[in-house]
Amino acid sequence: MPPAVGGGLAGSELRPRRGRCGSQAARAVGPDVATEATARSPKRPAPSSRRFEAPGRWALLALVTLMSFATRFHRLDQPPHICWDETHFGKMGSYYINRTFFFDVHPPLGKMLIGLAGHLSGYDGTFLFQKPGDEYEHHSYLGMRGFCAFLGALLIPFAYLTVLELSQSLPAALLTAALLTFDTGCLTLSQYILLDPILMFFIMAAMLSMVKYNSCANRPFSAPWWLWLSLTGVNLAGALGVKFVGLFIILQVGWNTVSDLWHLFGDLSLSMITHMSGIRQIMPHMPSTLHWLGLQVTVGKHLTARILCLIVLPLALYTATYAVHFMVLNKSGPGDGFFSSAFQARLSGNNLHNASIPEHLAYGSVITVKSARMAVGYLHSHRHLYPEGIGARQQQVTTYLHKDYNNLWIIKKHNTNSDPLDPSLPVEFVRHGDVIRLEHKETSRNLHSHYHEAPLTRKHYQVTGYGINGTGDSNDFWRIEVVNRKFGNRIKVLRSRIRLIHLVTGCVLGSSGKVLPKWGWEQLEVTCTPYLKETLNSIWNVEDHINPKLPNISLDVLQPSFPEIMLEAHMVMIRGNNGLKPKGNEFTSKPWHWPINYQGLRFSGINDTDFRVYLLGNPVVWWLNLLSIALYLLSGSIFAVALQRGARLPAEVEGLSQVLLQGGGQLLLGWMMHYFPFFLMGRILYFHHYFPAMLFSSMLTGLLWDILLRLCAWSLASFSLAGHVHTLGILSLLLGIAYSFYLFHPLAYGMVGPLAQDPRSPMAGLRWLESWDF
Amino acid sequence: MLGFLQRPVVVTADINLNVVALTAVGLLSRLWQLAYPRAVVFDEVYYGQYISFYMKRIFFFDGSGPPFGHMLLALGGYLGGFDGNFLWNRIGAEYSTNVPVWSLRLLPALAGALSVPMAYQIVWELGFSHCAAVGAALLILIENALITQSRLMLLESALIFFNLLAVLSYLKFSNSQKHGPFSPSWWFWLVLTGVACACAVGIKYVGVFTYLLVLGVAAVHAWHLIGDQTLSNVRVLCHLLARAVALLVIPVLVYLLFFYVHLLLLCRSGPHDQIMSSAFQASLEGGLARITQGQPLEVAYGSQVTLKNAFGQPVPCWLHSHQSTYPVIYENGRGSSHQQQVTCYPFKDVNNWWIVKDPGRHQLVVNNPPRPVRHGDIVQLVHGMTTRLLNTHDVAAPLSPHSQEVSCYIDYNVSMPAQNLWRLDIVNRESDTDVWKTILSEVRFVHVNTSAILKLSGAPLPDWGFRQLEVVGEQLSRGYHGSTVWSVEEHRYGRSQEQKERELELHSPTQTDVSRNLSFMARFSELQWRLLTVRSDDSEHKYSSTPLDWVMLDTSIAYWLHPRTSAQIHLLGNIVIWASASLATLVYALLFIWYLFRRRRRVCDLPEDCWLRWALAGALCAGGWAVNYVPFFMMEKTLFLYHYLPALTFQILLLPVVLEHISDHLCRSQLQRSLFGALVVAWFASACHVSNTLRPLTYGDRSLSPSELKALRWKDSWDILIRKY
Repeated sequence: MPPAVGGGLAGSELRPRRGRCGSQAARAVGPDVATEATARSPKRPAPSSRRFEAPGRWALLALVTLMSFATRFHRLDQPPHICWDETHFGKMGSYYINRTFFFDVHPPLGKMLIGLAGHLSGYDGTFLFQKPGDEYEHHSYLGMRGFCAFLGALLIPFAYLTVLELSQSLPAALLTAALLTFDTGCLTLSQYILLDPILMFFIMAAMLSMVKYNSCANRPFSAPWWLWLSLTGVNLAGALGVKFVGLFIILQVGWNTVSDLWHLFGDLSLSMITHMSGIRQIMPHMPSTLHWLGLQVTVGKHLTARILCLIVLPLALYTATYAVHFMVLNKSGPGDGFFSSAFQARLSGNNLHNASIPEHLAYGSVITVKSARMAVGYLHSHRHLYPEGIGARQQQVTTYLHKDYNNLWIIKKHNTNSDPLDPSLPVEFVRHGDVIRLEHKETSRNLHSHYHEAPLTRKHYQVTGYGINGTGDSNDFWRIEVVNRKFGNRIKVLRSRIRLIHLVTGCVLGSSGKVLPKWGWEQLEVTCTPYLKETLNSIWNVEDHINPKLPNISLDVLQPSFPEIMLEAHMVMIRGNNGLKPKGNEFTSKPWHWPINYQGLRFSGINDTDFRVYLLGNPVVWWLNLLSIALYLLSGSIFAVALQRGARLPAEVEGLSQVLLQGGGQLLLGWMMHYFPFFLMGRILYFHHYFPAMLFSSMLTGLLWDILLRLCAWSLASFSLAGHVHTLGILSLLLGIAYSFYLFHPLAYGMVGPLAQDPRSPMAGLRWLESWDF
Repeated sequence: MLGFLQRPVVVTADINLNVVALTAVGLLSRLWQLAYPRAVVFDEVYYGQYISFYMKRIFFFDGSGPPFGHMLLALGGYLGGFDGNFLWNRIGAEYSTNVPVWSLRLLPALAGALSVPMAYQIVWELGFSHCAAVGAALLILIENALITQSRLMLLESALIFFNLLAVLSYLKFSNSQKHGPFSPSWWFWLVLTGVACACAVGIKYVGVFTYLLVLGVAAVHAWHLIGDQTLSNVRVLCHLLARAVALLVIPVLVYLLFFYVHLLLLCRSGPHDQIMSSAFQASLEGGLARITQGQPLEVAYGSQVTLKNAFGQPVPCWLHSHQSTYPVIYENGRGSSHQQQVTCYPFKDVNNWWIVKDPGRHQLVVNNPPRPVRHGDIVQLVHGMTTRLLNTHDVAAPLSPHSQEVSCYIDYNVSMPAQNLWRLDIVNRESDTDVWKTILSEVRFVHVNTSAILKLSGAPLPDWGFRQLEVVGEQLSRGYHGSTVWSVEEHRYGRSQEQKERELELHSPTQTDVSRNLSFMARFSELQWRLLTVRSDDSEHKYSSTPLDWVMLDTSIAYWLHPRTSAQIHLLGNIVIWASASLATLVYALLFIWYLFRRRRRVCDLPEDCWLRWALAGALCAGGWAVNYVPFFMMEKTLFLYHYLPALTFQILLLPVVLEHISDHLCRSQLQRSLFGALVVAWFASACHVSNTLRPLTYGDRSLSPSELKALRWKDSWDILIRKY
């Protein structure tokens, strides 16, 4: 181990170096403390240590990076079949290569990068990614896995540098690196084609650049300051572009920025005059009395720089990923039905692309009807009845997001049942205000409503399919109206926004957007609402239109603008996310399970003959993390109370307490930000959602134990061996973690053979919790 | 000691006539014609049921909140001598003569009336003038929505009362901190803060937010106390301990006390028993206790048992089997084993009986002495009526194809052997040799061959399964889940050797001799857990609204309509007060931010003590508004206008504070001050006028003509009922 490792806080390391950005810790301690500390350890030859320091640090960083890459790339090709969610994200990567449009609840950046990695590494997008367990055979999958492993491996140097910057202590950084390198969970999650390594990469990169730019605060507007500030912005955009969970790191950086600005604002040596434009945003009516304040640098400039780098830049990049997404995916695919008719017209291969359909609606036309509300879908019916006790036992009518022949309806006159497609009859157009009947093409039942309460929205009326072969009763009659139109006009396909008003009850056909239970195949509820408020719920448009008696006319559908597309894509994603609810009596993972490593996730294989990979944190690491959070809260509050009581701490302890409270505080905030919001989420949750929080928690552990051991060494200073307490403590922690990794590594690298109950298994005796099922 | 012999005993009464007068008008406004209308008004129909249950001491379950509020209402009934005999079935039903309407409505009305002088006290304790304090009290007095809500058997007025009491007593406490810490009055107000907080939480869970606010303010004050270096360490510690006891320990104890009294009062079984566990039900008089009394405690080989699923979703049900078999081919083309169906059945039935059998022996009777079954033992379960054994195997279940089918084994002589051994896993065991106990033990059955676990999937089977619920063997044992846990509900030792006798035995009712008592903490934790987790189906209501509608009073609720005339009670606020209170909050926020920024640049517009007063008033009043309002945006239940009233009360308290601040600090000259004063008077007069105009809808005492009603419909969204003749 290089000499600098044991050196720690004492000595010259505390002094901000000239020509480079000073550390946060150094700022916190202040120059007087630093000199005092230097004065106390005259034994240490400061110049020589600095000479060793720089190469030593680089060597250590290289070592950490090497270890990280070695562990992440070891047996990357195993197992050669689809594991867990690779089936989704690999498939979506293929969609980018094939340029087919799809829908997913996450923003596109992560999948785009996977697709790009696959493309560059020679994967041609032909593998189907049907279900976990399918063999890859000759398809090249290593490029995609390698890309994810590469990003996953970078997490460790990032964490190392972050802790180093916050604590200015190599042992702390080293401990953090070891915790993460030897965590089986992080390792497993980094080795497969998943979004998580990409997400965690951006989160950690944002954290690192934020910490770096904080440490440049004493030299604002210098080149490194700008570099780290804008890198923070770039990484924030990346994190949000992969998953919406990236929002949490944005909040953290936002919080950091606001408190930073607040300090600058309170610094009376900074003027507010020269750049009024910036400051006007927070203080619109600044009186002239303030103008005398100040010297050279301006608060306004600071504010503007942050707005540019942390708001404008990320937003631009985030939008750009969507622009690329929509540009690349220009072929019709499985995601079409989720989007509005206008949106679909952009996709080649979709029947609305350069659509050639009859323009005006006529009797006898076969149509599909789409709700104007985003992500609701097509009016749909199928041969299943509403169950007993839920309204009348008639055929269900729902809305459905996918394209399906059950979405087809025939538009008929309300009073005759003659076939309007009879060539002897003249074509008759449907006009605004006409009374019509909609017959479901597959089942020949009419769209029907009556005074029964709707299944979910009890104040509305039920909508059903009724009648046999088109013969029903007067409850099948609907008046078709075009919004904002005079009576008598024809109805245009796609363009006209129509409402269907039930003649007998006077209610309006609408979709409530609520998901029906299992009996309704989890499609969305359709109701007839007696409240005539005009909302998007009750507005529809005709999308497909088939009528052999009418000429097909090439229609240029109104092209939606880019902001409209963005908005629509987000609405659809949010709705999709909200729809991911646990069903019935399913076992689900709860947030409180996560930090205690209660239960893992099966990535591959169940039985003893399978190649099994099990996502589970290294319990030694995780429980140490848990213990550290409790210890941190304890020691942090002791120090905070002591400081508040005005206790005069010795200089060394004072320095340590500042690192503990400020650096540790940031990490604790990061952990809380990435963990507690999950308690409020209604969607279905998985174990792997905890990993961003786990990164922060591991960094906190590294920082905390280093400080605690230093405090130990300090308090035992009178004993002769005191100096070694710290070194020995760190070493034993490192060795313990490495040994636990040796024990648990089969979880990540895969195991074959008997299950853990069997004494012959490699994991025999390691199933410490009954809930771990490996 | 004998000082009174030397000096006369003097009592100096210090009576603030303002408070007396405000109390009097408060009582007058809330108690006037309290027993009118003699009919069920709005949610009285809902709370009334619970009052009746208390009167009859029947256990009920109301997931909307803890029991203290209900108990307060019931106290009114108790004082009025209500016997609980009234059918609370519809709004508008006339009360029969045995219902003491006046005393039932008395406690909420008193709480509402006392809020008026308390508003005065709070603003005064915050350090503002008597004038502002009287203003706050008068605004509370003439706020129509508060009057309506406190004159009926509803909980909001009590909630508001305790919210205000918590804030007031905390202020009194913190003001006495300066001159007399640890004096009796200091202790009194400190403890009262804790008790009031517990009462507020005990009425409705939203009271928790006010509690957290008070805790937050107390924490900030305590933090300053820690920083006060004139105090010794021991003294600081004493201060902190006193606060911790009064604000953390006492509220918990008081909250527990509510449940203790609640469970003490409700000792009889009632209509909601099903929601609770068997053990809980057994503790109720006449409930499961009637059935299970005297059952043997320990399950032995040969025991006849019924097994209830612990999860109870979608309905509570018992493990069941019957003669019918699974169809050979399902609708979707998959095949089954064609063996006897095993389901979960939500009704008591003779087919719910199972016999616990030792796999090594043939007989189905209990030995003498009985051999108890322990955790980890291997058992077979024999269906009582058909004597087939519970079995599972590698065949997909009918509706959950990822799980295994569970059946009662029929030997068809095909290559499908019986796999009917189950290992007993007692989930809540204390040691690994625990005996399987009736009602108390929660057990899982782990299949020996496949390690599948017997689980209720909850899916209703199609017609061939008589719409009973599907039971499956779950392979992936993902930890603990209620649907895999079963408990023995009915139990007796089997005596009959022959199947015919056994069938007779199964049909006969079980014997009884001991009752089992759960500890209070066990009952409390179960009830509390159910209260928090059981969600009733949200039905949309005609008068439901969203939080955004509340700030500017864009919604209303029709409470009651006279059966013949158009006299009606309608929950409508005083729009002038609502709008100006919202405006005041906005002004406060802007001014606060302005001062904060200026102070940061060391420009102090306000003297230090004035700023502290201003900040504290904001923290409690604007903060009180925010914590009682913002959380509703995240709630998924049906919301009504009356949910906003606690928030509104805090907002109203802020109004005179802001007005006084404007007059004292922002009006530069005497002229401006007088002008502003005149404006305030005019504004207050208009508020009084509006209050008076809406009075017929508040009290429902006077029938208005359709044209008058139409004239009152100032907003389109107000649904005032107008009779069409």
